[in-house]
Amino acid sequence: MTDSDSGFVGFVKAFARRQYFWGIVAIILLLVVNLLKDPTYLAITVSGSGNLVGNLIDILRAAAPIMMIAVGMCLVVATGGIDLSVGSVMAVAGAVAMEFLASAGGSVASAFGALGLVILVSGALGLVNGLLVSVVGLQPFISTLILMLAGRGLAKVITGGQNTAANNEAFNWIANGRVLGLPVVFILALIIVIVVGLVVRRSALGLMIEAIGMDAKAARLAGVNRRALLFAVYIIGGILAGIAGVFATASVMTVDISRTGYQLELDAILAVVIGGTSLAGGKFNISGAAIGALLIATLDKTVVFLGVSSSATPAFKAIIIVVLCLLQSERVRNLIRRRRTVPDVTKEVVPV
Amino acid sequence: MSAIATPPAEVSLTKSPGRWISQHLDALPTAASVVIFIGMIIFGEVAYGHIVQASTLSNLLINNAHLVILAVALTFVILTGGIDLSVGAIIAFSSVAGVMLINAGWNPWLVVVLMILIGSAFGLIAGVLVQFFGVQPFIATLAMMFLGRGLASILSTVPERLPDDSAFRSLGTQWKVIDGPKVNDLIITPGVLIAVAVVLLAFWMLHRTRMGRTVYAIGGSEQSAALMGLPVTATKVWVYVISGSLSGLAAVVYTARLGSAQNITGIGWELDAIAAAVIGGTLLLGGAGFVLGSVIGALVLGLMNVLITRDGSIPPEATTIITGGILLVFVLLQRAVLAKQRE
Repeated sequence: MTDSDSGFVGFVKAFARRQYFWGIVAIILLLVVNLLKDPTYLAITVSGSGNLVGNLIDILRAAAPIMMIAVGMCLVVATGGIDLSVGSVMAVAGAVAMEFLASAGGSVASAFGALGLVILVSGALGLVNGLLVSVVGLQPFISTLILMLAGRGLAKVITGGQNTAANNEAFNWIANGRVLGLPVVFILALIIVIVVGLVVRRSALGLMIEAIGMDAKAARLAGVNRRALLFAVYIIGGILAGIAGVFATASVMTVDISRTGYQLELDAILAVVIGGTSLAGGKFNISGAAIGALLIATLDKTVVFLGVSSSATPAFKAIIIVVLCLLQSERVRNLIRRRRTVPDVTKEVVPV
Repeated sequence: MSAIATPPAEVSLTKSPGRWISQHLDALPTAASVVIFIGMIIFGEVAYGHIVQASTLSNLLINNAHLVILAVALTFVILTGGIDLSVGAIIAFSSVAGVMLINAGWNPWLVVVLMILIGSAFGLIAGVLVQFFGVQPFIATLAMMFLGRGLASILSTVPERLPDDSAFRSLGTQWKVIDGPKVNDLIITPGVLIAVAVVLLAFWMLHRTRMGRTVYAIGGSEQSAALMGLPVTATKVWVYVISGSLSGLAAVVYTARLGSAQNITGIGWELDAIAAAVIGGTLLLGGAGFVLGSVIGALVLGLMNVLITRDGSIPPEATTIITGGILLVFVLLQRAVLAKQRE
């Protein structure tokens, strides 16, 4: 990102270089598409009780769980790993919460109890991933693939194959409540993103995570505790996925064991890639991942708004992720670079 | 079968069984799966009965023909050190598209070819992404998985039924080979024959052709294979094309047996196929494994389903947990074997 330009042009260039810049552009484009179909799409009205109502607010609400898993995935990817189990962990978390609430009743205390239980269970699932990756030394995608498929079975066993529903106002408030007119889920998600971002970026934690992803051997020689960090990263990923599961189930107070979090691992990976985190590991960008999550929520809403069946959205996402992977690949970058070099050879000294 | 890894001359030199075992450690998981398969049959026969009889065993083959084909597909990919997560979704798209085309009046045999070619196309895209653009195999095939599922959902989200008189169904006809007492017949379907043919062809390709050796060599060390002048690039793309085409073929076999297709067909089959290959002794890092082992692996999983159904006390929801658990155990076994080999 070393750019010789300075001043405003340089700033704009540097900003455009950031990969999440294109994420923002894509969000705006999608909103424009929606605006063309319905000129009042962006309108936000204030309802009688002082709440903001509108499609944008819906997008923010839908983005909250994706933000959670995207941030977790971001850290995991930075270590050179991947967590394919996030969607299933969401289902397990939802199942645990609903089962607990169905028997514990509607008090605020039981809502907190459910939350605590979810964090415990999802953290334990993350621990299993971490154990397999760091101690046993399995490839991350195999370890998490096992949990991805077994996890959904686990959720089914927990609820006995039912889609358990429960009643708890406090728990429901997490998803449907409002603070200052904004949905609570989004505010919570934003706070968690900021906290995680500050913790990893204001301490050496982020650097150490990146060090593992760049070169595990070099990191070890530099004294980075790879094992503990991998554990931490997968546990955080699990807990964040659990919280995402709470967000996803609290709005309807029902866990749909086969649909909650289904195929959301792709959303998380996509958000991370859009945010400029390389899947090869070694660097990460949490704010980028959050923007990626917003883009995916926008895309989801747009596809439905345009009248395409929502079960078809994976196809669009797959195409986007293929394009992004192509853009990240050496071959395509070289092609683009070569074309750029023709008019100005001296600039090409700068490594990208 | 491991002659690729160890020259025959070396094998004849070893006399003591201990040394033989230590030299054939890579065959240990396969041997373990054979033992498990036999153990499961004995256990099933003793505990529930009616396992060792023609009808149960032929049903085992008929109901798992598609899984055997998928396991062979995964064996090719995993041998090169890659992975294919898209097989289940390819089956969904290919079978839904196929049934809809037949319902639209297309020639069934043309549709069969098309269904396989659909799989080939998915495989080709994945292979090109992996080989030419450096995308990790699981990302490329995960993208294909979602693409296939999404496209299948665009086509239809309800079960699509084959017409009852369609020639396509003839692939699922049950031929009585031996007419046993009552229902205890030895039955075979064209689907089973296709699966057997696929297995034999794959066995021949992997163990007797130059391409097969290249596949093993890539899994052993891609760099060394390239330095030896082996056609690494073409082979790696081919492996994904083969995997995709076999998924398309599995879709044909499965659809012909079931008579209908839906966009949610095949969810989780990638785990079954990977588990079958791994249980059969294919190393997830690539370079070691056997097609016949994968067949055993697929049959172990199929038999497990039979036993779970017979038992009745294990909820069917737990099947994926058990599959995942078995996969985990075998992966751990592989790690242990690898660690032992390095000593």
